[in-house]
Formats: sequence, structure tokens, C-alpha cells
Amino acid sequence: MPHSHDHDDGPDDGHDDDTGHSHGHGHDHDHDHTPIQADEPTGHYHNLADAARELLIEKGYFDGSDVREMIERIDSRTPAIGASIVAKAWTDPSFKERLLTNGKKTLKDEMDIDVVVADLVVVENTEDVHNVVVCTLCSCYPVFVLGRPPDWYKSREYRSRVVRHPRQVLHEFGTEIGDDREVRVHDSTADMRYMVLPKRPAGTDGWSEEQLAGVIGRDSMIGVAEVELPN
Amino acid sequence: MTDDTRQHHDMGGLDAETVQPSTHEFEPWEKRIEALVRLLSLRQPPIITIDELRRGIEELPPEVYDGVSYYEKWIAGLTEILVEKDVLSREELDARMADVAARKAAGEPVVEKGVENSGGGA
Repeated sequence: MPHSHDHDDGPDDGHDDDTGHSHGHGHDHDHDHTPIQADEPTGHYHNLADAARELLIEKGYFDGSDVREMIERIDSRTPAIGASIVAKAWTDPSFKERLLTNGKKTLKDEMDIDVVVADLVVVENTEDVHNVVVCTLCSCYPVFVLGRPPDWYKSREYRSRVVRHPRQVLHEFGTEIGDDREVRVHDSTADMRYMVLPKRPAGTDGWSEEQLAGVIGRDSMIGVAEVELPN
Repeated sequence: MTDDTRQHHDMGGLDAETVQPSTHEFEPWEKRIEALVRLLSLRQPPIITIDELRRGIEELPPEVYDGVSYYEKWIAGLTEILVEKDVLSREELDARMADVAARKAAGEPVVEKGVENSGGGA
């Protein structure tokens, strides 16, 4: 799901080097104090995050294991999930129709993939149409299908320009869309996420879903690239 | 619509530099912030919705919006909304931040056991 909003990455002062330790009442002071080093980033927002997390745990909204499990859950979502969806759609026309009609329900019912956040609209690239996805207002992205978004997707440059000069932005990604194809840009929202169903490349007749999934990359499902076969 | 009517975050169609196809490995502290948002927004009923988080981020001052990193904006926007909704108070946040800073300065652990290394790398 993604979520969220907003945008780009400014200076990133995160640099943590966590080492294990406990926290809470009754601190365990047996840990090694020798090398004095900052275990956690100490900037204002890092401390704000730690303070908020501690307070929310103390108030009973969740516990530390919930935090860990959620991180692991999101870590498990990668572009490979999207690739498996695309490969299935390429090889099963009736699945593709259902996917394009009702993405979220079809993925849940037929692939046991929970989109989790928001609705999911899958848009198909064809000989006539090339689709590309953005979130101009923030950074909404189908996180539970494609994993966390790349930084450029959240950047001011991408959000500002792809809606006005999509062919030029695609060119900057090395993607040339011929004048005979319409380019459609889809602007995501907190409640509506898009994923591109790229065109199946020539030369893949008879390939298995697994073989096909192996050549489908993240950028082709955002729409800034097309699926190309390795040379 | 003239640009005078735009809010700061509303940048679709504006001029900007060439897109740099950048990304980075997410840091543990970034993943912890993301997990907080998900845990609160996926509860039924949600403590905070994604739209509310979005509003919290959009209302950050432009210098913060453009000046800090992505997940820093998330925690800034999230805590603004949590204070607004009386989930947390500004006073307890301020007090706990001072406590967190003091513990870090003393080399004491801050992140809960079992959470500290989760999601390292990506």
C-alpha cells in the first residue's frame, strides 16, 4: 500500500548501526559499554520517532513484536510479486480480464495476494497505448504488490514532470514510445493505486510463467520501462 | 488554476530538473517509522488513515517538506495528526524526546529488543 505521501529525499542523515539491546523499565545494564558509539541516529526526527513508538507501545496500541512483524511483512513484498501477476496475466487471458476488471479481488481470490491498502487498478499496455503511473501529490504506490517505491518515484522531479512531459521523462529512463502509441499517465491517490501490465515481449512464445516472471522488472510495472529480454 | 492557488505539495505539471533514477537501501529507522504508520492505519477502526497522514505531511512548512528526508516527513506528519487526535500529547512527546536523547547520549538502548535490527538492509 503505500501510502503516503510526499516526496523527495532531502539529505538523509540516517546511519544507524543498531546493536541489540533491550529497553523499557528495568533496563538491562549488562550490555557492553566499551566502544562508545551512537547506536541510533540522534537527529530531531529520529528521536521523535523513538519517542512516539515508545509512547504508543506503552499505551497499548501495539508492542515491539508487532513492529518487527510489520517490518518483516513489508520486507517480504517485492517486485517479484508484481512479476508473478504479470506473468500469469500474459499466459491466462481469462485471468487477465478479471485482473483488469477488479484487480484487488482477483488477486485475493486467485493468487492469494492481499493488496492490503487501497484499491488496485491494473492498466494494460498495448500496441496502441503505453501507461505510466505517478502520484503527483505524494507517493502513493502499490507497496504490497511491488514493494517499497524507489526514491525517484517520490521525487519532485518525477512528480512534477511526468504528467506534463511524459515522453521526455520516459526518454530520460531510456524508454522511447513511438508517436503511434498514446501515452496515458495515471495519478494515484491514497485510496487508489495503479500497476501497469506491460506488453509481453516478442520471442517469448511457449515460455513458462516462471521464465516470464524472471524478465519482468519493477520499472515496467510503474511504466517507465518496457519489458526487454536480456541479450 | 494559477500557481497562486497551489499548495506546496501540489507539484504536478510544474517545471523541475531531470529525473535522477535514484534509490537507496532502506535503513532500519526508516522501516520502523513505516511500520508505525501501517500498524496504526491498518487497525480496525484505524487510529490514523492514510489520508490523514497525507494531510499531516502536506501541512508541514515548505522548508520542512523540502528540507528533510522522506520518512522524517512521515514521522513529523504522523505525530502532528496523533496530537490533533489526542492519541499523544505534545507535552509527553517533548518529554519523551528529551529522555530518548539523554539515553542515546549515555549510550543506552532505545530501540526495543527484537526490533532494533529488523529489516536491516532491504
